[in-house]
Amino acid sequence: MNDPILEMRGVSKSFFGIKALRAVDLTVHAGEIHALMGENGAGKSTLMKILSGAYRPDPGGEIRIEGKPVRIEGPLGGRAAGISIIYQELSLAPNLSVAENIYLGREISRSGLLARGTMREGVGPILERLGADFLPSTLVAHLSMGQRQLVEIARALHARSKILIMDEPTTALSAGESERLFALIRQLRAEGLAIIYISHRMDEVYALGDRVTVLRDGRLVGSLDKQDIRADAIVRMMVGRDVSSFYKKDHDPEAGKGHPVLSAIDVADGLRVRGCSLTVHAGEVVGLAGLIGAGRTELAHLIIGAAPRISGRLELEGQPIDIRTPGEALEAGIAYLTEDRKALGLFLDMSCLDNINLAVLGRDAKLGWFLDRDKARERADRAFAGLSIRAANVGVPAGGLSGGNQQKVLLSRLLAIAPKVLILDEPTRGVDVGAKSEIYSIIDNLAKAGTAILVISSDLPEIIGICDRVIVMRSGLVAGEVRRTETAPLTQEDIMALATGTEHLDA
Amino acid sequence: MPDNGSTQAKAATANGLAAAQETKRQRIRLLIRAAGMLPVLLLLCAGFHYLSDGRFFTGQNLGIVLQQAAVNTVLAAGMTFVILTGGIDLSVGSILAASAMAGLTMSKLPELGALWLPAAVLTGLGFGIVNGALIALLRLPPFIVTLGSLTAVRGLARLLGADTTVFNPSIPYAFIGNGSLTLVPGVASIPWLSVIALLVILVSWLVLRRTVLGVHIYAVGGNESAARLAGIKVWAVLIFVYGVSGLLAGLGGAMQAARLYAANGLQLGQSYELDAITAVILGGTSFVGGIGSIWGTLVGALIIAVLSNGLILTGVSDIWQYVIKGLVIIGAVALDRYRLQGSART
Repeated sequence: MNDPILEMRGVSKSFFGIKALRAVDLTVHAGEIHALMGENGAGKSTLMKILSGAYRPDPGGEIRIEGKPVRIEGPLGGRAAGISIIYQELSLAPNLSVAENIYLGREISRSGLLARGTMREGVGPILERLGADFLPSTLVAHLSMGQRQLVEIARALHARSKILIMDEPTTALSAGESERLFALIRQLRAEGLAIIYISHRMDEVYALGDRVTVLRDGRLVGSLDKQDIRADAIVRMMVGRDVSSFYKKDHDPEAGKGHPVLSAIDVADGLRVRGCSLTVHAGEVVGLAGLIGAGRTELAHLIIGAAPRISGRLELEGQPIDIRTPGEALEAGIAYLTEDRKALGLFLDMSCLDNINLAVLGRDAKLGWFLDRDKARERADRAFAGLSIRAANVGVPAGGLSGGNQQKVLLSRLLAIAPKVLILDEPTRGVDVGAKSEIYSIIDNLAKAGTAILVISSDLPEIIGICDRVIVMRSGLVAGEVRRTETAPLTQEDIMALATGTEHLDA
Repeated sequence: MPDNGSTQAKAATANGLAAAQETKRQRIRLLIRAAGMLPVLLLLCAGFHYLSDGRFFTGQNLGIVLQQAAVNTVLAAGMTFVILTGGIDLSVGSILAASAMAGLTMSKLPELGALWLPAAVLTGLGFGIVNGALIALLRLPPFIVTLGSLTAVRGLARLLGADTTVFNPSIPYAFIGNGSLTLVPGVASIPWLSVIALLVILVSWLVLRRTVLGVHIYAVGGNESAARLAGIKVWAVLIFVYGVSGLLAGLGGAMQAARLYAANGLQLGQSYELDAITAVILGGTSFVGGIGSIWGTLVGALIIAVLSNGLILTGVSDIWQYVIKGLVIIGAVALDRYRLQGSART
């Protein structure tokens, strides 16, 4: 193999005496896709920030690029050393054009005036090389998430970076966009770039990784070569123990049959949802699958009254019910866990205690107005213990918690109303492996207790692992349903065929 | 087995101790945050006492400071509700003027004169609810709506007195404007205006920190979309906070009317909104909403009053007072940001 392009030896980083990274070694070669995995808090982002120059490593370690020791200092240090990072939340200015974004901070000017034309011509060849279907003069605001990612990559190539670090690049992409991104990443590998690919998703690591390195608690656990990459091996390395049954499904799917709890009949919003019907029974976990943009979240929003319904009706336990606001849905016992917990779910500056109690404050209140602080405290303590939420205490702001713990705080708020129906939208997005398996077992226990559960997820192994049957949506319609039977388990192929509309071609 | 049990008990105690220590640390951090500008206020007081050869800390002068701070404290309390939701109310000065005019006009009616006080307060509440309804129901930006009512209500205030100054030397309840509540006869008393301001602060604290509505106000300011999804009636919260701001501006108008026995629709309350906003910002309330406390606002309002009073005591010219006040406000907030950086959450 060729000489390594990046070598880190014994790199450590501590914050106020807490070791975030302990003597980590990492070797990356040119023309390699190196997957970096680990639970949240394992040290991946610290490692990245050291490579970008945002953090300075503790003395003692060494970083070599193409064999030469380097010191990466300041936010521009990484770029100067040939390292570009594409963050989860893209760092583009939407009000500027593609060319202006690529040249941001290094604009070309002639006699003090911005040379827009030269800049546009300068980025043309790179965009062409990436197969971009937009012009250098296009405003970034007009681009899709996938196209924006191309702009980020173009910016890295334009800076002549040799090492490209991508942090969960597919989080906001649809399946098609992800496929195109993978093709592009392989093309960049062929051109000799080294790519460090950070992801929680096992299928992506299978598809792309030439090598996988796993971090845990700031330590390097080990690396696997392509032929050794297996899900169970990686999960074992990540959590440090055997995960015998990652997906937990002990509840009896037949238990609540004949007792439908929530029925949506022909509901539509006239835009993204064009008439969908579904029923969820007590004690049942139903999956709602489909490609991004199929209208799953929009359907959930219609059911809970977060978006106006133009036609169709709802039934709760056989009785017709009119729900116009999320507040009415909660009162009726229908709880919805949003897919975007930071923007639509949590109050990051408020304490976990307030976040957990928010939906039942009115019900618990003394004299109808005054907070019952003892009851609130008790409820929060119970949630912390019951869902093993890890935080210093119930009084800390929710924003300071890890993704998994934030999700559990939000889930506690919904469980506080003792819902009859629980709609979970991407319940494990941005959640580490340990917390994922805990969330699965919470879902399983709720089903055992008779809650009707609808799970929206883009993670097919997850849907198959925890659901009793799966409703598949395509372009705003219910495309079909896949059932688990004694003889035939749920398969990803059946679901994808319905989701993409190729089921008839197969037959 | 018993051995095992005691080890577990020990571990539990150790955990408990660590948790208790963490809670304590948390509390100290919160205390520092809550104290906010208090050290600045105390420093200013001490500085002015020294510079004015000991004329600041006298019973009489402190009474004056408290009285001067009262109306702004009341306006700033209402402003705190609004800014906590991420909004702004630019119309409080105009509402104060219109309420004072309405109150004084009412006080001159022979039969209904005694009702002038509720009339003033309800006038303010009415304007506030109109602000809130426009913002909550028509989804118009608070800055634009209250900028509009800043001008429109000012016009209405002039209209109420036919653009003249309304006098009423025998206005009922005049004691609230100029009288004092005697605490220890002959030794200590506190102006009624300040008593009202303190009560407003106390009730505000009760609403913000001890009621369901208070949590909802913080929630709407912290994340409006999440609040809506969590079943909070965002529109009702918004109408409430602008209603409170209007009501307290009306109360402020009544306090001014009782103090001056007169009101002028054109001059009364001009640019009061700026002092109220300044007090809230000095108090550490986040301009984007969701973070802040009413005690901070009280300290902020006192800082403004102490500055005005102290600069007069030390004989600084009127022109330089403006410059110094402005610089102190910027400096104080800069200091606050710098101090908070260390304890900023991740």
